[in-house]
Amino acid sequence: MITVLVKHGVASAAQSQLQQQSRRWYSVSHLSVQERIDRKRNAALIGGGQKRIDAQHKRGKLTARERVELLLDKDSFVECDMFVEHRCSDFGMEEDHNKFAGDSVVTGQGRINGRLVYVFSQRNVMASGVVPQISLIMGPCAGGAVYSPALTDFTFMVKDTSYLFITGPDVVKSVTNEDVTQEELGGAKTHTAVSGVAHRAFENDIDALLNLRNFFNFLPLSNQDPAPVTECHDPSDRLVPGLDTIVPFETTKAYDMLDIIQGIADEREFFEIMPNYAKNIVVGFARMNGRTVGIVGNQPKVASGCLDINSSVKGARFVRFCDAFNIPILTFVDVPGFLPGTSQEYGGIIRHGAKLLFAFAEATVPKITIITRKAYGGAYDVMSSKHLRGDVNYAWPSAEVAVMGAKGAVQIIFRGKSNQAEQEAEYVEKFANPFPAAVRGFVDDIIVPSTTRKRICRDLEVLASKKQTNPWKKHANIPL
Amino acid sequence: MITSTLRRVLLVAKHASFQSRCCVASSRVQYSTVYDSNEKTFDKILIANRGEIACRVMKTCKKMGIKTVAVHSDVDASAVHVKMADEAVCVGPAPTNKSYLNMDAIMDAIRKTGSQAVHPGYGFLSENKEFAKRLAAEDVVFIGPDTHAIHAMGDKIESKLLAKAANVNVIPGFDGVVENVEDAVKIAGDIGYPVMIKASAGGGGKGMRIAWNDDETREGFRLSSQEAASSFGDDRLLIEKFHGNALWLNERECSIQRRNQKVVEEAPSTFLDPETRRAMGEQAVQLAKAVQYSSAGTVEFLVDSNKNFYFLEMNTRLQVEHPITECITGLDLVQQMIRVAKGFPLLHKQEDIPINGWAIESRVYAEDPYKSFGLPSIGRLSQYQEPINLPKVRVDSGIQEGSDISIYYDPMISKLVTYGATRAEALQRMEAALDNYVIRGVTHNIPLLREIITHPRFISGDITTNFLPEEYPEGFKGHQLTSEGRRELVATAAALYVSAQLRSQRFLGNLRVSTTPQEQRQWELCVELEKGSHTVAVSRSGSTFTVEVDGVKVEVSGEWNLASALLPVTINRTPRVLQCLSRDAGGDITLQYLGTQFKVRVLSQLVSTLSAHMPEKVPEDTSSILRSPMPGSVVAVSVKPGDVVAEGQEICVIEAMKMQNSLIAAKAAKVKSVHCKAGETVGEGDLLVQLE
Repeated sequence: MITVLVKHGVASAAQSQLQQQSRRWYSVSHLSVQERIDRKRNAALIGGGQKRIDAQHKRGKLTARERVELLLDKDSFVECDMFVEHRCSDFGMEEDHNKFAGDSVVTGQGRINGRLVYVFSQRNVMASGVVPQISLIMGPCAGGAVYSPALTDFTFMVKDTSYLFITGPDVVKSVTNEDVTQEELGGAKTHTAVSGVAHRAFENDIDALLNLRNFFNFLPLSNQDPAPVTECHDPSDRLVPGLDTIVPFETTKAYDMLDIIQGIADEREFFEIMPNYAKNIVVGFARMNGRTVGIVGNQPKVASGCLDINSSVKGARFVRFCDAFNIPILTFVDVPGFLPGTSQEYGGIIRHGAKLLFAFAEATVPKITIITRKAYGGAYDVMSSKHLRGDVNYAWPSAEVAVMGAKGAVQIIFRGKSNQAEQEAEYVEKFANPFPAAVRGFVDDIIVPSTTRKRICRDLEVLASKKQTNPWKKHANIPL
Repeated sequence: MITSTLRRVLLVAKHASFQSRCCVASSRVQYSTVYDSNEKTFDKILIANRGEIACRVMKTCKKMGIKTVAVHSDVDASAVHVKMADEAVCVGPAPTNKSYLNMDAIMDAIRKTGSQAVHPGYGFLSENKEFAKRLAAEDVVFIGPDTHAIHAMGDKIESKLLAKAANVNVIPGFDGVVENVEDAVKIAGDIGYPVMIKASAGGGGKGMRIAWNDDETREGFRLSSQEAASSFGDDRLLIEKFHGNALWLNERECSIQRRNQKVVEEAPSTFLDPETRRAMGEQAVQLAKAVQYSSAGTVEFLVDSNKNFYFLEMNTRLQVEHPITECITGLDLVQQMIRVAKGFPLLHKQEDIPINGWAIESRVYAEDPYKSFGLPSIGRLSQYQEPINLPKVRVDSGIQEGSDISIYYDPMISKLVTYGATRAEALQRMEAALDNYVIRGVTHNIPLLREIITHPRFISGDITTNFLPEEYPEGFKGHQLTSEGRRELVATAAALYVSAQLRSQRFLGNLRVSTTPQEQRQWELCVELEKGSHTVAVSRSGSTFTVEVDGVKVEVSGEWNLASALLPVTINRTPRVLQCLSRDAGGDITLQYLGTQFKVRVLSQLVSTLSAHMPEKVPEDTSSILRSPMPGSVVAVSVKPGDVVAEGQEICVIEAMKMQNSLIAAKAAKVKSVHCKAGETVGEGDLLVQLE
């Protein structure tokens, strides 16, 4: 019952007026009702006519009907509102040759890999958190229409052919005298890397639709359904020897968190959400022993994996999605702290960082956390710590749960003292290891990294029956 | 001092062609190695090396009950050889001259750990007489020949002088150090082109260049001396006649193509008869005695087509390819080296040394065989499985899943050895071993190895010097599919695609809204492979798929385990092992078939039809862009913005794995911008210089 919103582009009727291809389908009044139904249905199926289909193809795009056919299982689509036409009555739009049955949108229900899906063109706020909603932007989308994808859970775009903006380049020019192209203003690259409006971009229409089918399999049909479990060929007790050496000895050296995630996931498959935005945090979906999980991880490769405004918001929204749809959350922690500085403070890092804290704290789905290396200060707390109702919290032997790194701590504690190197060594000995956290019960166990997959799969089995409820409220007041 | 051990010699002719080698070693009465725990050798040995050879030496030490000490650089702190050792000492940062060649640090490590002996492996300090001297000064045993022998034989210039004095027939060449570039050009002119420029202290192909004219001599001199300095700390060079087709064997020849490092070796040689073998072996022993040699070593001879042989050089160390000798003789050469170093006599007689069957060694490298038959590649081994479950397969490696192949060291992943009663059997096992070898995360040379060992010319033993360039004049392009092979590959890809499609419809557990599984039995597909497109119809019965590829039926059956890296299938009753490297939602599948990786795209008919409308994305114009072909560090940048370069002119030099690679302009143009500077580290594909 997931809904998919496919944005084919704006106002096809307006475009058609310019193109003026005129086949008069409807002005024959002497036909019987049945004949008129058949004619309209046929007309709807070819949309604006073969010429317009060809024109669409020439632009490297598919027609709405072709897109639906690709997205859904063969012969599974059941259309509704096929006879709807636009009601615009100005500027010649009321002419019959500018009216098309099934105008610009195709809506209905169908199946993806046998599971029910609704295809829509506009969305409604009330469905948020009830069924997962995904938008796929496949053409230009401007003005108030952009809020319809913005209200859905995930927005995907097609590279080079889709745009999203509140006001287009012409208006921008006339108002602010700013020169900007459609692509720069609202193309796939802008929204997946700069604005964070879109969650992923695909090469072309076909690539986007096939990937959407694949993505769909990760999601439950509604908030009443458990996370889906698919047939899995990857042994749940598989050891991952590569993880024993992945964390470098020098704590200042980076490694790729994706290597850990792919190492533990079923068949190394990880569907990353927002791979090009706020790259210091990694979020996305994978499966563990066939069951969908959401994964959040700090990325030491980018900005040392620190938390800042964008990464906090990115992480928070993802965690809330998982929680809304019964998807267990795995969190991999290697975080040196929150990014310091005026730009962050002025930007409201307190407010935005709180979102991630809030999201993890309110989540009632199974939460498993693995501290791979640094877990410093407030950022440690935020990253699904035991203090935020984490179900199972593990530390690797390389874990350091502390207020901050040795150097910084010693500079503060022993300010002005001369034997800082000595104190630093003592601090490292005392705190740069998993023991202080383990003796206090903040981590449940110190595990051999290569056994991580095995441990998580086993815990997820146990936690599958987890039931936790929050106190009644109309809704929580997340610090927006 | 000559020991009695040297009077008995194990002779092994190692190559299937004109160049043959004798391995001088100690031997025992029985072929099967026995580890006698009563024979007291050492308590603790330090292994002054890394990677597979360090692991190899430690394995024997463990069998002999000797404690081991590893040395390592900081980046190697979690390397396999470090974990394998009883103790480990960090001897410095990543660059070899600061760690594995750092004698002070290694001497400290020896003192600190109380090691009684040092095994140097090969390369690094294995033929460094200064190191041997320092060990002797502290009463630490060097497991290898004594300093005199290293000095006499290890130095290419010295050994040639010695051989000449002993009236050994040597290849014409200059017997002294080359002073400078112009000296090099003059000497090269005197000898006559082509010439080979070699590092005097060299080995392993490092610091070696072939020159066909004066310009190449100048360039070769410069690059070789820089390499020699960074690899051996000794930039002395010599020049000798390079013998083209007539004298050099295929291995050497492919080595030359890939930087004088051998790729495939075998024992025994297909070329040598017993008489030549004996004569060569006896000469090798005489030579060893002449320098009072007392350890394992290898004497290289060149053999001409009339089976005359000439002394080439002696390698006073354990050779990289020693496993094939061990496979056919049953000896553990490292064990014998340790015993001899302790002063135990050899227990074998010459007649005790057999040739049992045939052994072949493929050197598996992290390199791209499609670029000059092998440019180094780096990366993390995200998945790694050695085919050691197969019979008669030996893998000597020093890495494991998760290891990094870095720019600092030799890019060898492992030595894959197979053996059998006959050469054909050993080759067959090699094929299977290569197909079952899973390496992910770095580019590797298995495509090339598998092509070489299945090449009719290689199988027949008809191998000339220019094997690779002759067979692949346009460069190596991977396995060339026959029309039958094409069908097999297309059919397997289609069956894999259908298996994955079917699985994606199988959900476990109860769902509130029932699913409607498709009862599809027939699939009409379109499979694209290497710019060709095939119409494919698939039908399934259990785990067997009948796939019609352009009207021809192919039957494929298998387990279709979608999580496994290996894809064992039976295609038209022939068992084959393919590998699935990637499979995505868009229908792109990468399969390794007969060693080579093929990109296949499997599409439904609908997708295929609609794909025609998708815009082609224009790839970047690369003619005016110079990108780094490999990861490494920039040694020198020879141009600056505004310079006009000629086609073929050097633009910059990248050093990777201790090899200097000169990058040249692809066309005559003006330099627009330079994006790198000397000393910088660059990754593969990084933009270096842009031309106008």
